[in-house]
Amino acid sequence: MIERTPVLNIATHAILAAGLIALALPIYLVFVASTQTLAEVTAIPSRLLPSDQFFVNVKAAWITADFGTKFVNSMILAVGVVTGKVVLSAITAFGIVFFDHRMRMPVFWLVFITLMLPLEVRIVPTYAVAANALSPFQAMLDWSGLTWLIEKATSIRVSMEWNLLNSYTGLILPLVATATGTFLYRQFFLTVPDELVEAAKMDGAGPLRFLREVLIPLSVTNIAALATIMFVYSWNQYLWPLLITTDPNYGVVAVELGRLVPDSSSTGGGIPNWHIAMAGTLIVMVPPIIVVIFMQRWFVRGLISADK
Amino acid sequence: MRRAYFKNNWIAALVVAPQLMIIFVFFYWPTSQALYWAFTLEQPWGGGNEWVGFENFRTILNDGRYWDSVWVSCVYAFFTTALAMGMSLILALFADRQLRGYRFFRVGMIWPYAIAAPAVGLAFRFIFNPSAGVASYLNLAFPGVWDPILNGDHAMAMIVFAGAWKQVAYNFIFFLAALQSIPRSLLEAGAIDGARVLRRMLDIQLPLLAPTFFFVLVINITDSFTDSFGIVDTMTGGGPARATNLMVYKIYEDGFRGLDYSGAAAQSIILMVLVVALTVFQFRFIERKVHYS
Repeated sequence: MIERTPVLNIATHAILAAGLIALALPIYLVFVASTQTLAEVTAIPSRLLPSDQFFVNVKAAWITADFGTKFVNSMILAVGVVTGKVVLSAITAFGIVFFDHRMRMPVFWLVFITLMLPLEVRIVPTYAVAANALSPFQAMLDWSGLTWLIEKATSIRVSMEWNLLNSYTGLILPLVATATGTFLYRQFFLTVPDELVEAAKMDGAGPLRFLREVLIPLSVTNIAALATIMFVYSWNQYLWPLLITTDPNYGVVAVELGRLVPDSSSTGGGIPNWHIAMAGTLIVMVPPIIVVIFMQRWFVRGLISADK
Repeated sequence: MRRAYFKNNWIAALVVAPQLMIIFVFFYWPTSQALYWAFTLEQPWGGGNEWVGFENFRTILNDGRYWDSVWVSCVYAFFTTALAMGMSLILALFADRQLRGYRFFRVGMIWPYAIAAPAVGLAFRFIFNPSAGVASYLNLAFPGVWDPILNGDHAMAMIVFAGAWKQVAYNFIFFLAALQSIPRSLLEAGAIDGARVLRRMLDIQLPLLAPTFFFVLVINITDSFTDSFGIVDTMTGGGPARATNLMVYKIYEDGFRGLDYSGAAAQSIILMVLVVALTVFQFRFIERKVHYS
């Protein structure tokens, strides 16, 4: 806007700078703590300038929390969720948008409703399902009397079990069971012109070929956007991994972080190793922050179009 | 609507099948299971379950602790939402002036969204720790003035700060995007009519922001009811004396620590109803009524 507002410009910069400081200050303090010794970090009043123990603490945190294994697990979880989402939502949206069948809208609504209830509010029964992912089918067999029939006929009692606790599948699948991506793709697919479909059909391309050679190349930005938000989402998962992985070999970084500082009210039992915990906090923060900063454009785009 | 379709419906069935399978097993089945449990009394891991009607709900609604948890959830939701929205709205309005350093500020406000809840929780727990962090300055000046480990209000203030801090980036992204979609010509017309920057913010930008504002409001409230587990678990563990025992946390405690599946299921159902009501309210009411374009 062409107008001179020197005072307001200074005020604007001051407000923005204040906001930036308010957002960055906690991380600065975490960083400072991660560079100090235990004595320095618990000194009263605490020092607000970095010391020289950063690498010592990072190493200590890395070893204490066994971040080597946990990083690999978090990576598997994140890549699994991202891949699952990108692929499954794409083909689901494809099936909903480009075919004319009666089940189109019911399927869309079935998927769409999952947006409403986040995993956290249905955590207890989801956990029970993860303990035996085939229990829904078993229950349906039991109800319908098929189990009884089969038992009568073949004297084999059908009992299906597939335990997902302490497995990557169990970590990944429930996080894929939401509508975020499907919705994003659907919005985009609806903007693909009919002429493109007609041209593809005229050239003799079947639906799968159309998906592979026309739609996927067109959706690259959508895929990037979805992948970015899903990476951050799954890397930062806490409650689900906390419940489903009791075996440390399957632990993820976010959960392990919580264990670096003992129970919340146990400051009487000894001073927590704040310096090491803060170094661990920094380690866990880094990957998603890098992704968000470098993929900023797609990240913002993904967030905005996924939720609306 | 689309005119050109593919005819091979069996392919359509094939491509939607995997997703439907997953949401059936991990969404619809657990959700209906929660309903079933809420109306029956079940022993964890098998055993008989008995139909008890609304008994589980009656027990919960007569439990003072449940209402305490509802109350602290509301307090948490109110203050986090107010704080996060207020701050992000102001920052977005001023960032949208696009003065020098705009890009730098924008990135600077977005990255906190990437940080995991437990990391935010631990960081703030350290910062507000009465004996180690920065809050120790406060206690040095006024001994005993700040103690989130023993004082419930202080603990609540602590998780509110952490929750709001985490939410600012998300809101900022939405507000900024909405502000940028306001046609420049409207602001120019305002400027020609003699409206200065602040006047334009109040009379043009804010009213046009209303739909986004309500959308973000509903998302914030829903999130503070459902997405607060990581922060509570790493910062206070629901304490002291259940002062920060939010509804999500109580479900987890009752279900997995207390193994009271029926009670936890009934609480889940209440929370589900609340969340669905907010979402429906968002879609039905706000999307239609608040429209200025």
